[in-house]
Amino acid sequence: MNILLLLIMFPFVVAFVLLGLPTRQYAVRKYIVVASALILSGVSIYLAAQYISGGPQYFSFDAKGADMAILFAEMVFAGIIIRLSLKHKQYLTALLMLIGVALMLGYEIGLAETVHAREILFVDNLSLIMALIIGVIGCIIALFALGYMKDYHEHHPEVKDRTGFFFFIIFAFLGAMYGVVFANSLIWLFGFWEITTLCSFFLIGYSQKDDATKNAFNALKMNLLGGIGFAGAIIFLAYNDQVTQLNQLNGLSSLLPIGLLAFAGLTKAAQMPFSSWLLGAMVAPTPVSALLHSSAMVKAGVYMIIRLSPVFAFENGGAAVGVLVALVGAVTFVMTSFMAIAQSDAKRVLAYSTIANLGLIVVCAGVGTYQLYWAAIMLVIFHAIAKSLLFLSVGSVEHNLGERSIEHMDGLISIMPKVAVGMAIGILGMFLAPFGMLISKWAALEGLVNANAALTIFVAFGGAATLFFWGKWLGKITMVKSAPTDFKAKVSRLEGISLGSLAVMTVLVCLTFPLISRYFLEPLIADIYNQTYLLGQSNVAILLLMMGLMLILPLTLLRSGKRSYREQYLAGANTAKEQFHGSLGTTHSLTMRSFYLSNIFGEAKLFGISVVISIILIVIMIGVGL
Amino acid sequence: MKEYIWILFVVLYVVLAPFIGGLITGIDRKITARMQGRYGPPLLQPFYDVFKLLQKENMAVNKHQQFYVLSFLVFIIVAGSIFFAGGDLLLSIFALTLASIFLVIAAYSTFSPYAYIGAERELIQIMAYEPMVILTIVGMYMVTKSFNVADIAAYNGMLFLKLPAIFLGFLFILTIKLRKSPFDISMSHHAHQEIVRGLTTEFSGKELAYIEISHWYENVMLLGLVFLFFASNPILALLIVAATYFLEIFIDNANSRLKWQSVLISAWVVAFVLGAGNIAVLALWG
Amino acid sequence: MSYLPKSPWLVHYDASSCNGCDIEVLACLTPLYDVERFGVLNIGNPKHADIFVVTGSVNEQNRSVIENIYKQMAEPSVVVAVGACASSGGIFRECYNVQGGVDLVIPVDVYVPGCAARPEAIIDGVVQALDVLEQKHMDRKKGAVGSV
Repeated sequence: MNILLLLIMFPFVVAFVLLGLPTRQYAVRKYIVVASALILSGVSIYLAAQYISGGPQYFSFDAKGADMAILFAEMVFAGIIIRLSLKHKQYLTALLMLIGVALMLGYEIGLAETVHAREILFVDNLSLIMALIIGVIGCIIALFALGYMKDYHEHHPEVKDRTGFFFFIIFAFLGAMYGVVFANSLIWLFGFWEITTLCSFFLIGYSQKDDATKNAFNALKMNLLGGIGFAGAIIFLAYNDQVTQLNQLNGLSSLLPIGLLAFAGLTKAAQMPFSSWLLGAMVAPTPVSALLHSSAMVKAGVYMIIRLSPVFAFENGGAAVGVLVALVGAVTFVMTSFMAIAQSDAKRVLAYSTIANLGLIVVCAGVGTYQLYWAAIMLVIFHAIAKSLLFLSVGSVEHNLGERSIEHMDGLISIMPKVAVGMAIGILGMFLAPFGMLISKWAALEGLVNANAALTIFVAFGGAATLFFWGKWLGKITMVKSAPTDFKAKVSRLEGISLGSLAVMTVLVCLTFPLISRYFLEPLIADIYNQTYLLGQSNVAILLLMMGLMLILPLTLLRSGKRSYREQYLAGANTAKEQFHGSLGTTHSLTMRSFYLSNIFGEAKLFGISVVISIILIVIMIGVGL
Repeated sequence: MKEYIWILFVVLYVVLAPFIGGLITGIDRKITARMQGRYGPPLLQPFYDVFKLLQKENMAVNKHQQFYVLSFLVFIIVAGSIFFAGGDLLLSIFALTLASIFLVIAAYSTFSPYAYIGAERELIQIMAYEPMVILTIVGMYMVTKSFNVADIAAYNGMLFLKLPAIFLGFLFILTIKLRKSPFDISMSHHAHQEIVRGLTTEFSGKELAYIEISHWYENVMLLGLVFLFFASNPILALLIVAATYFLEIFIDNANSRLKWQSVLISAWVVAFVLGAGNIAVLALWG
Repeated sequence: MSYLPKSPWLVHYDASSCNGCDIEVLACLTPLYDVERFGVLNIGNPKHADIFVVTGSVNEQNRSVIENIYKQMAEPSVVVAVGACASSGGIFRECYNVQGGVDLVIPVDVYVPGCAARPEAIIDGVVQALDVLEQKHMDRKKGAVGSV
């Protein structure tokens, strides 16, 4: 248990140390961040090694004092937020915060005396997986941020250098995430849940520019709304069923709180209609996006829904709520995959793809059969790694090219070969066969046909759109083009190490996924469902064979066969390399622009309708529980 | 012994598919010529073409493209081998998609405007046919309760009777996959196109031969999928496969090329109406 | 034995011409002549083609184009100049803006006479080019062996 508390508390301690450090102390900060990142990932791995085969374990202790501390912290945060909201004339935010605090105060005064959570913390294999993701990926992102933030402030002299504050929030965020995944007491879970909301608010608003502030408040509003749902669920559970723990969500008198918890999860996972906060979060420095998208924040949202999966699967009436949750996810998956096609900003494409993948996870968790449970967790793992790799490589490219539009990534493989290969591995990891996401998509399809064939239709169409937008991006960066002579790529060593290790991990988890499944998922699923999902031996062998081919085939690049090189065919009008004769004796350079199909897949066409559909679905979802 | 029969099938596929695929292409060209009132090339012309390409100079725009083209060929063979080994149909299709993406990347890598447009259009084609392919497999699973080609083929009863709409939908997208007019927007087997040779513009010699051979492998596998719908009666199934291919040739000759919008929208409407419709019927009354 | 003569693919470039020969080249594809009988395809892309068929004469504008297309063909390849203009400049030979036949720019292997050249003549020219193609293939092979 101490190790759990250590993981939760240690990042907070580091956070305050970093906050206290003067801004100019770059070297000291670097050592502290590197050391604590190493400690955190090391301890997470140690924790996983220790608890992996133990099944779920619950830890009870008297947490009266800690409960009060959490409540107190909540009040302090609320005070800060309300002051900030009033300062920025964001009255709705202040109101939402007030309602949330009022609910929690009401709970403490009215109910806390009668019902107590006994088993405050717990750990099972899902928590372990999440802890590894937070510990390893979160820390790699923190390392990357060290180099990145220095560049960031060089590129943006107008932004006040608050690097100390930045790392304070990052580490507080990591601590809160550990809290979320280890908390069994709903009060604790809620406390950490709200801290992640606040941390993301500060990170999104980091630059203090107008749009950053606006988007930060937007994110805050939506997540506070989810928080209110969460608080409502806690009160309802305590009042009606005397339930205060995550592991007691069975045999409930009504499923309304489940609907509310799912609602909270959906807001945090940026599902439709709440997708806009995650898109708005793009204004933050890239490591923040990477953190929000891969290991923290949105993963807390889907974590919540995966935790509810057994309820959807086993509880009387749970399936109805579950199907609606799944439908919200399905609509989100399809619509955001479509909208991603029409985006040229790399970070926006990534954001839409994140929302889409979370949608798929929500679909799996919402239906919640054992196969889909497997698929959902696998998706979480693969997505976390590949997406952080993609975000960080986009960050590097942006600093070097001064642009993050995909159109400017033409010929990246010639200009920044290492980063381009990393990015390509990330993209492959997101949508092609022997790689992770597709393995889980495959399991998801299989699970869905068995459980609810109608949902496969969403997956079929959404998946097709996914192919298109990743394909054209991959094509852009793999173009072979002559590099400008005066260009010199600059990627700091820490950035290079983080990108490299993430790329290696992307491939490695695909090679070792049978082991992950065997040691992490099978015991977990067997524990809940009394049966477990096994990919067929022969299929695993084929996947590994394909992965082997993917690793071996590039070796043919080294072969120096007898080959002669000619310029591209340009209807005979070539002049110099990559140039051609235009009309009236002019000369043009080759440039190419992608298809965006915005007449069919533009945001303007699809966003409104998806919001309407998803709001209706969510209303029914909460209503069904009544 | 019986457990290892799949190895035989894989070997047969790897060895024979190019011959069958090449022959089919030869027949295709002959029939096409006759439909146009011409005499047409010899039956073995596709083989002559490929052998000739293998004898030509090895010419390229860049160092990378041959790797992509080779990967295209390898993964098509992997996809077909999974299929004919009786393996998982979804996995086989995923391998096929991987292969198609390699071809697209090969075209992109050349940084040539014609290949580029071809590649983008090819992606649109992939996006257009993918939902129907997935729904076809889902439909097959709903009837046979298995993704394994071996189990689907051994299903007691004719799949077509349960999946008539899905079969029609599959025929529709088969036209895209076989690169037949009106859906041959990314590259055409006919000589002239507004984007030169589209996807394959920058490949010559050995690489072009690889692409051609890959298409033969792919076509045999696709016709294998058509076969599955009627697998309970192999003779009928072969006749249907032949009729299907003849129909595709007919469609090819009776249509002019469409715009990408029409390809995408029509394929998706078909997938939604025929594919999803059939699945809904199966789910409700199956 | 080489397969080159069994599968000659053409790229056809119409230089400065009255388009008479151009139309006659296309006529070869029609059912009446159907050159696909011999495996001939009008492929339209130098990178795929074995035979470069040029009609019309050379001028300042298309000189670089002819050169460029020729350079982009994979070895072995042959050039067929179809019609009087492509062979020598034809009746435009003395025009101020015409430079002459295709052989001013690239080596021509077969000259097809006529103004315009008849489809039969063009097919005959292509068939003669096949022998040259075969010969070049043999030379290449020998050269390759010699170099090793």
